[in-house]
Amino acid sequence: MTEIFFILFAVVALGGAVGVVISRTPIASLLFMVATLASVAGIYVLFEAHFLAAIQVLVYAGAIMVLFLFVIMLLNLGHDYRADLRFGLWSLLGFVVVGLTFGVLAQGFLDVGDTGFREDGAAVAAALDAAVQEQGVAGVIAEPLFTDYVVAFELMGLLLLVAIVAAVVLAKPRSRSGES
Amino acid sequence: MHEMNELSTFWFVTIGAIKVLAVFTVVMVVVAYMTLAERRVSAFIQDRLGPNRVGPFGLLQPIADGLKNIIKEETMPGTAAKLYFVLGPALAIMPAVVTFAVIPFAAPLPTPVGTVDMVVADVPIGILYILALSSLAVYGIVLSGWASNNKYAFLGGLRASAQMISYEVALGLSVIAVLLLIGNVTLTEAVWQQQQLGMWFILPLSLAFIFFLISALAETNRLPFDMPEAESELITGYHTEYSAMKFSMFFIAEYAHVVTASGLLATLFLGGWDIPFWTGDDMFRHETGWIRGFDAAGAPIPATPSVLITLLTLGAFCVKTGFFLLLYIWIRWTLPRFRYDQVMHLGWKIMLPGSLGYIMLVAGTMLVLDQLGVPFGLLYGGVLTVVSGITTLAFIFFVDRDRVIGGAHRKIKVARRHVPAAPKSPGGPAASS
Repeated sequence: MTEIFFILFAVVALGGAVGVVISRTPIASLLFMVATLASVAGIYVLFEAHFLAAIQVLVYAGAIMVLFLFVIMLLNLGHDYRADLRFGLWSLLGFVVVGLTFGVLAQGFLDVGDTGFREDGAAVAAALDAAVQEQGVAGVIAEPLFTDYVVAFELMGLLLLVAIVAAVVLAKPRSRSGES
Repeated sequence: MHEMNELSTFWFVTIGAIKVLAVFTVVMVVVAYMTLAERRVSAFIQDRLGPNRVGPFGLLQPIADGLKNIIKEETMPGTAAKLYFVLGPALAIMPAVVTFAVIPFAAPLPTPVGTVDMVVADVPIGILYILALSSLAVYGIVLSGWASNNKYAFLGGLRASAQMISYEVALGLSVIAVLLLIGNVTLTEAVWQQQQLGMWFILPLSLAFIFFLISALAETNRLPFDMPEAESELITGYHTEYSAMKFSMFFIAEYAHVVTASGLLATLFLGGWDIPFWTGDDMFRHETGWIRGFDAAGAPIPATPSVLITLLTLGAFCVKTGFFLLLYIWIRWTLPRFRYDQVMHLGWKIMLPGSLGYIMLVAGTMLVLDQLGVPFGLLYGGVLTVVSGITTLAFIFFVDRDRVIGGAHRKIKVARRHVPAAPKSPGGPAASS
């Protein structure tokens, strides 16, 4: 049962990823991307990472992609499509790099085989289960986030704040031009 | 009765399917009769009769409406993006019908094959599931607005996306105050903690309730937040080009959202299926089985689920949800629509900082109470109630320009009247005086 769902989600995720690249309108690309993100969330659920799945849908599919959609529609892209993917030397180089990366990754996965990623996988899983029982799903993620990684977490927040300030500065009309 | 009395896999699947069907059917029927209730109540508010011809008291009106919408001609605008035009209503209705799944609607029901949770799916992420799925609801609206290739529909879609993104933030932040008090995100736990506290969260978290109610109104695009379909400006906004059953889909989605929001409000702030002033219905799935509390030594007291309690609690849940459904209709037919810049102002400049500050206040109060060793009970809730009550009154005093609800009989002071600044959005129609 789990395998069937995994294959289903994997096919949708990969198909969506291909669709993002090859579809002719930005809106279609965006919807394909939402399908990919939602399928990845489905795979998280199969791994019993419910919290991660919910956050994936909430943040990526529900907020960030909606903003993308908002911008696409505000700029009214998609009604006059012009191909911007031209096949030249650079795209060839791109394909080579992507192919090599994919090959290395595939090699890595094949080497691991069926034994799993870690020797002590079962013990880690048991400890995680106990922690989930103790603190709830959110607690297990929140505790290390706000203790061990709190500096990195706050720095990320600062980075986003800087980005927002930069966007405001860029979007603000120049007072020199006279127009609002 | 001490053991868990769990369902076997076969019965778990069978009863799960039955629950899905039953809840879906009930939600759809409530949605159908919500449209009738809306028309009858609006008629009552406007001193009319409303639809009362089809069946006794007009009770068969929703069926007649449904039949009409199925038989009507489906129109397809020639310039529409066809695929997305059809996809829009489907995307709008999907999140609306699945979100009710995590709301517990009664105390557990004992059956010969085991004790059954009265919730379709008690997923460990509860509230997050609802937030995640309702954040997807905007796609249907935005896409159909864009695909219609009609400027009114398009503007409606843009407004919808801006509004729903804005109020999602306030909605999420107002829920966090509740989560602090629950200490978890599942809705069964929300009901249980309210039973443990001895009071419903509307008292200790009164400001969160107000924020949540306002955000829920905005998220469901109901008046006074129905900017995406403001008739006087945008015809009917994003569903201008839709007819027949496709139009109906948007309607069903909106009302299903209202039903879910009412159920959620009842669960988070009015104790869910809890019956007030009676501890006999307290029930929670603990490691040791169904319990109804802890004794002085901290040992769990086992509970005995019964059919009668299930029926009574189901009734309590329906009454509370029905109250919020009525409140939704009541608000719609008594309040005028906001101007668009007012909607954004309220969302970003009042609700967002307000709910952030309130989280700090609730968390700080809880920290102090925990440090003092106050047990989770009436005193704990009482202190929070006082703190929240003062904050709520201060908030209302601060927001209300007439300094705490003037009303129609108030003396009109023309000289002091606030003159709003010109709307900043370019191209917007000038506000008529």
